[in-house]
Amino acid sequence: MPHDHLSPSGHPYREDNDHPLTYWQRMEIAVRELLVEKSVLTPAQINAQIEAMDARSPANGAAVVARAWVDPAFKARLLQDAAAASREMGFDLGPLHLIAVENTKEIHNLIVCTLCSCYPRNLLGLPPDWYKTRAYRSRAVREPRAVLEEFGISISNKTKICVHDSTADMRYIVLPARPEGTEGLSEADLAALVTRDSMIGTGLPKHP
Amino acid sequence: MARRKMADRVRVKTMMPPGHVRTPAYLRGKKGVVERRLGKFKNPEQLAYGLPAEDQTLYRVRFTMAEVWGDSAECPTDTVDAEIYDHWLERV
Repeated sequence: MPHDHLSPSGHPYREDNDHPLTYWQRMEIAVRELLVEKSVLTPAQINAQIEAMDARSPANGAAVVARAWVDPAFKARLLQDAAAASREMGFDLGPLHLIAVENTKEIHNLIVCTLCSCYPRNLLGLPPDWYKTRAYRSRAVREPRAVLEEFGISISNKTKICVHDSTADMRYIVLPARPEGTEGLSEADLAALVTRDSMIGTGLPKHP
Repeated sequence: MARRKMADRVRVKTMMPPGHVRTPAYLRGKKGVVERRLGKFKNPEQLAYGLPAEDQTLYRVRFTMAEVWGDSAECPTDTVDAEIYDHWLERV
C-alpha cells in the first residue's frame, strides 16, 4: 500500500529531494558555473577532483602504519614528521600537517576534534559519522575510558590514556602497536590488519 | 610584540570573545605543560572572516584530566593535549 511508505522489500522509501535549494546549495552551483563559464575549470576537472577525494580511504593510512611496523628508520621519520613520511610513500596530503602518536604498553592514544570534525581526510578519507557527533566529541575528552569500553576496548589502569584534541592546524593519526604473532607477515598482510578505528584510537589492529 | 620563549608551564586565558575561536571552552583557565612548539600559523580568528591575519605561534599543551575535570575526572593521570595559540596562553 502506498500509504505505509514501504518498498516491496519492506524498507522505507527515501523521500525524493524535491525541496527548494538551500542558500549554500545555490551558492555552490553559482560559483561552480561561473568557474566553468570563465574557463577557470572544466566540469571534467571538477569531477576528477571529486573522484580523487572519494578515492582516499583508510587503506592509505594502513599502508603507512604497516611500513612503520617493518621499517624502524621510516617509523622514526613518521614520528618526527608524519606528513613528510607519508608523502615519501607517494600519498598526496596537500598542505596537511600531520602528527603520528604511538601506542605502546604504557600509552593509548585517542583522537578527537571537540570543536568540529577535523580529521586527516587526505590520508584516511572521510571521517565516520560518529566522529562528528556531539556525543563522541564531548565524551572523548570527558570519559575516554567509558567511550573505549563502548567500542569494545578495555584499557588497563596501568596504561595511560592520551587524548588529542585537534583544535587548530594539526591533524593526528594513531600508530597502533604491532599485534603479537605477526613476525612472519609481509607488509601488505600487515596493512590488512590495520583498521580505520585503530588509527583513530577507538580500535585495535586485527589479529592474523 | 616580541616575547621570550614560552614558559613550560602555562595557563589558558579565561577570556570569552565572540567569533571563530579555536580554544575550547573546557580548557579556559586550565594549567598545562607545553608539549611542543608547532611553529607559526595565521590567526584563525581573523582568517575565518577573510581579514588580514597575523602569524601566531601555535603550541601543543598537555593537561591532566585532574586539572581539567577536578575530582570528577575519570582517571586523574590521563591527559588531553590541545593546540593553543600563543595569544591565549599566559605564563604560570
